[in-house]
Amino acid sequence: MDIIVVGLSHKTAPVEIREKVAFAADCLHDALERVRVGDAVPEAVIVSTCNRVEVYAAARARDEGVEQVVRFFAEYHGLPLEDLRPHLYVYRGPEAVRHVFRVASSLDSMVVGEPQILGQVKDAYETAAAGKATGLVLNRFMHKAFSTAKRVRTETAIAQAAVSVSFAAVQLARAIFGSLEGKSVLVIGAGEMCELAVTHLVENGVREVQVTNRTLARAEELAGRFQGRAVPFEEFAYHLPEVDIVISSTGAPHFVLGVEAVRAAMKARKQKPMFLIDIAVPRDIDPRINDLPNVYLYDVDDLQSVVEQNKKEREKEAEKAERIVAEEVESFQAWLRTLEVTPTIRALRERFDAIRKAELEKTLRVFGDGLTAKQRKSLEAMSQAIVNKILHEPTVYLKRAAGDRELEVSVEAVRRLFGLEEGEDPESKELRS
Amino acid sequence: MSVWMLKGTALVYLLAAVLQLAYLVTLQPGVRTWAQRITWGAFGLHTLALVVRFIEAGYTPVTNLHEALSFFGWCVTALYLLLQLRYHVPSLGAFATPVAMVFVLGATMMHGEVEPLPAALQSWWLPVHVGLLFLGDGAFAVAAAAGVMYLLQERQLKRKRLGALFRRLPSLDVLDDLNYRCLTVGFPLLTMGIITGALWAQQVWGTYWSWDPKETWSLITWFLYAALLHGRLTVGWRGRRAAVWSIVGFGSVLFTFLGVNFLLPKLIPDLKSLHIYTG
Repeated sequence: MDIIVVGLSHKTAPVEIREKVAFAADCLHDALERVRVGDAVPEAVIVSTCNRVEVYAAARARDEGVEQVVRFFAEYHGLPLEDLRPHLYVYRGPEAVRHVFRVASSLDSMVVGEPQILGQVKDAYETAAAGKATGLVLNRFMHKAFSTAKRVRTETAIAQAAVSVSFAAVQLARAIFGSLEGKSVLVIGAGEMCELAVTHLVENGVREVQVTNRTLARAEELAGRFQGRAVPFEEFAYHLPEVDIVISSTGAPHFVLGVEAVRAAMKARKQKPMFLIDIAVPRDIDPRINDLPNVYLYDVDDLQSVVEQNKKEREKEAEKAERIVAEEVESFQAWLRTLEVTPTIRALRERFDAIRKAELEKTLRVFGDGLTAKQRKSLEAMSQAIVNKILHEPTVYLKRAAGDRELEVSVEAVRRLFGLEEGEDPESKELRS
Repeated sequence: MSVWMLKGTALVYLLAAVLQLAYLVTLQPGVRTWAQRITWGAFGLHTLALVVRFIEAGYTPVTNLHEALSFFGWCVTALYLLLQLRYHVPSLGAFATPVAMVFVLGATMMHGEVEPLPAALQSWWLPVHVGLLFLGDGAFAVAAAAGVMYLLQERQLKRKRLGALFRRLPSLDVLDDLNYRCLTVGFPLLTMGIITGALWAQQVWGTYWSWDPKETWSLITWFLYAALLHGRLTVGWRGRRAAVWSIVGFGSVLFTFLGVNFLLPKLIPDLKSLHIYTG
């Protein structure tokens, strides 16, 4: 068995193509049935998101499997094969394993490290597993993909680096305050950008939200969404000493918050740190405020530069992640190879057991009723012991070969030595004879 | 014997400091585990070396520079390990263990022979007075380490350049809190150390306070930390100011400890501290 991947993504296909080959959730079961028709591809998972459509499959023969899946893509969506082919990529064996592990770990995503993809792949797998479209190989394979993604997440900082402005604001707030539990935020101006940033802050533990706006009704509306309270615009400076975080995005052409107001507020709050985020252009908050002790002011450009620095950091972490993926690919391939060994060992056992039983039968017939039950039992035990002892070495040899690159050679040698015909099940052989 | 043990201990400290720094660079949990184990190992070995020294000398080994440096290093490590048990600040080790290592290495370079104890020091005041002061100084050393970490982190946040250290250091709040806790441990110890010193002085010299340079400087140190503590509690001295202040305070600690012995006699030859007994 081999893993194969056929698919297309934002890297190879424009959205016009992607939307044509996407699979709706309700037709996935049907699609999984159709892609597995016949013998070549016994197990399959279909991942269909807005950025990628991919089929992961376990194939008995790589090339036949790939051909079948490619044809399935075209036929299922009624597209000419030659239109589709330039956008499709195909991976076989270790390359395919690596690809899926990278996808699950979010290394192949448009925004590297974004967390959604793992959930999407998990859903895709659960759908396939529920429809019994997966078996021994893909079950193991997909779980390995998930554990690889988890390792990447915990052992590298790839997911930690905030690559959007509002996440960068949360990251900075954490660096200043440690935990955001119980911290309070004042929102000046009720713009959409503010709302997003406040949402992230609240998700991270910020409790109290105050909103102020020139039109109080807008402030009340936004405050209502966070169970906060609205503050009249003329009075917001009075509330400054109570707040740890200020987010401002008014459309005012001049500063709405000056140095003196913040200096006074800091004195009143005994210099407890304050973090101000100015996402307005033109700016709302006097930049000189950043020079006050224990006050940290970030404007849009500052946040953007934090995002850029994070992206660089993330690239470094991506290298670490690739190493983890490579390790996991190696470990999965090793398991896949033992799979080839297992049927061989089973065939070997069954072969010997058949011989043993036949010979035992003959011997017992010679003795007829001349043996006590106890004697019969010990004859049987002896034959069993002989078989076990003889089979011990070849079994150990095969299991040890499981880690080898030359595995196929070893397996073939054993098969020839003991007359196990290539690729045949012992049961079907018995049926024939 | 104890001198050789201390040399071995110094090597273990060196290894511990290297591992703590390696953790700061690599952030590998495995490196951290070993860094902590080796630090504990160094501390254990050091404790043993001190006990052996005590048995060899027959008195509390804090009377010459070799012994004092060694004991100072021990106090810094003890305070670091104690705090480490209560607070989760993994990067602190990279700043605290090198300080301890420098002291212990310094100790191994000093004349380490056991000398007969001067009569003036033959008192149970010796372990009490010196023990309190050095433990307090250990706390101040860790406070200064936290202060340095605070300044590094704060600088990055103010300048909006988040370097490699940014992710490796804890939040400002945690560092400020750590600094404060060390202060609340160190200051009472320093105060009691000075008081016990005065009581002892009354017994042997017949006067509580004689404006000996060591006394003067420990008083200066005391005022520095008292001011910091007062500022923190009443007017909100915190963050950067508190960090700088605690580093300055530790500078004063070091001067009281070493400068009075080495620098002052050179600057003002007539002024000889009563606290200097041996090389």
